[in-house]
Amino acid sequence: MSIHDWFKRKKLQKETEYTRERLDIPGDLWVKCYKCGQPIYAKDLAANLKVCPKCNYHFKLTSAERLAQLFTDNSFKEINAGLTSRNFLEFTDTKDYSRRIEESILKSGLNDALVTGLGKLGGLEVAAGIMDFSFMGGSMGSVVGEKFARLVEAAREKKCPVIVFSTSGGARMQESIMSLMQMAKTSAALGRLRENRLPYLSVLADPTTGGVSASFAMLGDVNLAEPGALIGFAGPRVIEQTIRQKLPPGFQRSEFLRDHGMVDIVCERRFLRETLIKLLRFFKD
Amino acid sequence: MAKPDKNGKKRLLGFEKPLLELYDKLEKLKALSGSGSLDMDEEIRLMEKRIEAARQEIFAGLDPIQIVQVARFIERPNVREYAGLIFDDFIELHGDRNFADDPALLTGLARLDGRSVAVIGHQKGHTTKENLAHNHAMANPEGYRKALRVMRLAERYGKPVISFIDTPGAYPGLGAEERGQAEAIAKNLREMAELTVPFISVITGEGGSGGALGIGMGNRVLMMEFSIYSVISPEGCASILFRDAARAGDAAVAMKITAKDLLGLKVIDEIIKEPVGGAHNDPPLAAKNIKAALLRHLAPLLSLSQRELIADRYNKYRKMGIYNEGR
Ligand SMILES: [Zn+2]
Repeated sequence: MSIHDWFKRKKLQKETEYTRERLDIPGDLWVKCYKCGQPIYAKDLAANLKVCPKCNYHFKLTSAERLAQLFTDNSFKEINAGLTSRNFLEFTDTKDYSRRIEESILKSGLNDALVTGLGKLGGLEVAAGIMDFSFMGGSMGSVVGEKFARLVEAAREKKCPVIVFSTSGGARMQESIMSLMQMAKTSAALGRLRENRLPYLSVLADPTTGGVSASFAMLGDVNLAEPGALIGFAGPRVIEQTIRQKLPPGFQRSEFLRDHGMVDIVCERRFLRETLIKLLRFFKD
Repeated sequence: MAKPDKNGKKRLLGFEKPLLELYDKLEKLKALSGSGSLDMDEEIRLMEKRIEAARQEIFAGLDPIQIVQVARFIERPNVREYAGLIFDDFIELHGDRNFADDPALLTGLARLDGRSVAVIGHQKGHTTKENLAHNHAMANPEGYRKALRVMRLAERYGKPVISFIDTPGAYPGLGAEERGQAEAIAKNLREMAELTVPFISVITGEGGSGGALGIGMGNRVLMMEFSIYSVISPEGCASILFRDAARAGDAAVAMKITAKDLLGLKVIDEIIKEPVGGAHNDPPLAAKNIKAALLRHLAPLLSLSQRELIADRYNKYRKMGIYNEGR
């Protein structure tokens, strides 16, 4: 680590508390559930797949945690890990986008908001993509779009199904129009997958909104959602401002989407892996 | 022609104000001429030329946020007008066969230079009342589903699809979420990629994010000279990213949303020239330019097979994205 990085890391530590809160990364020993407010022993929470034992609140998972829960046999091999985002528009808002990328890489230990690879689930080969909200709110820029398209291509080559776990605030605005184009690219890739009759299972985690929900997240042959996840096209605040009224309770949550016909299964985390395997077996047969 | 207001003057954009003085002079000359005492024809002609020259100069130097104003101008021709000017025998088709007819999105069948095509476009109005009736061209899921229905209809009969894009975005409403706005757009993206007929999209005004892309995945994407295409409005970008709603002008520059910017990024294929002062100043001429561009781009697409058309579109969008390959 260079001195430069060391100072950067120091500074970043200050932001960590806030980030933890926002990203549901529990404290070291005791965690307060964000929903029911009950204290939970951190080890118990981890043992319970990061689901509150008292109220069933599903904490956000990092991509690493999701991978560990899913590929219990360590069969997951990452592909295209080296792709990184570029500030090709020389975009600066409150911070230079290049710096934002650098800091996100340092903070999350990831190169971007989507981890992709190949692995085995219940003995069946799958191409899997896992989004990570801790990398710039899971926003989709060129790297997320490209890795998604390459994942689908890898699946077509291997003739295996695709499973993608989404969690995203939407398009990465720092890449402007190019982030919008990723919606076209990823959806077109899924069209090809469909032509090859290879299944695509989409798992929606909290939150999945904007450009990701309006492209690959909603296009599953089967759409699954974790309980209570916020899922929608527009964010609730934007809708409230537009229609000038309070939104009904449960609006845009997984159960609401299931009841309105947009999600096939609301699946608790403890049943998620076995449900995915069942579905894979169904399509394999 | 921009409609004269009650004083008989053209409605001007904010930055056209320097023209007001010249218009006043023109009025006076006309009044003098009208009184019959003097022959002012030559002076009137010269003044009109001066106004056009001044307008040309103004429009040659527009900055991005001024282009946003032109793109959104209430006088700007809308899809129904273009449908009448560019095509013959336009017949509107209503409804998504599922829930409703969305007035924010116009669909229909028409003839382009003797060839049958399907026409799809976001519908704006020229008055507040009209804009309310069309929900300011912000479509609901049934609008996107209607568009897909008509695209599929065209595909079944091997007819090309032409889409016109002019929307602030897909409607962020309660009902829109209930009926699956995200799913409707996502599905359109996947299905547009697979269309077996030539497909051309023209951005005529506001290309607002997913709501624009939801009907905009053409083999060719053309942009009017004073239109914009963006993932978020400059105002939205300013308030969310810059944390300062007043900085929409800076956001418009930074986001690279003009036709020139997007041609540079290879997101669009061609810029369609507008009449001096913008399309609203001479809608028939604007329509003529669009028609010429459509015919020019359609010709090579018509010779492609179904498979080649899909490959052409797939490759176009597959290439989009700028990143570092890394190790
Ligand atoms: Zn709890």
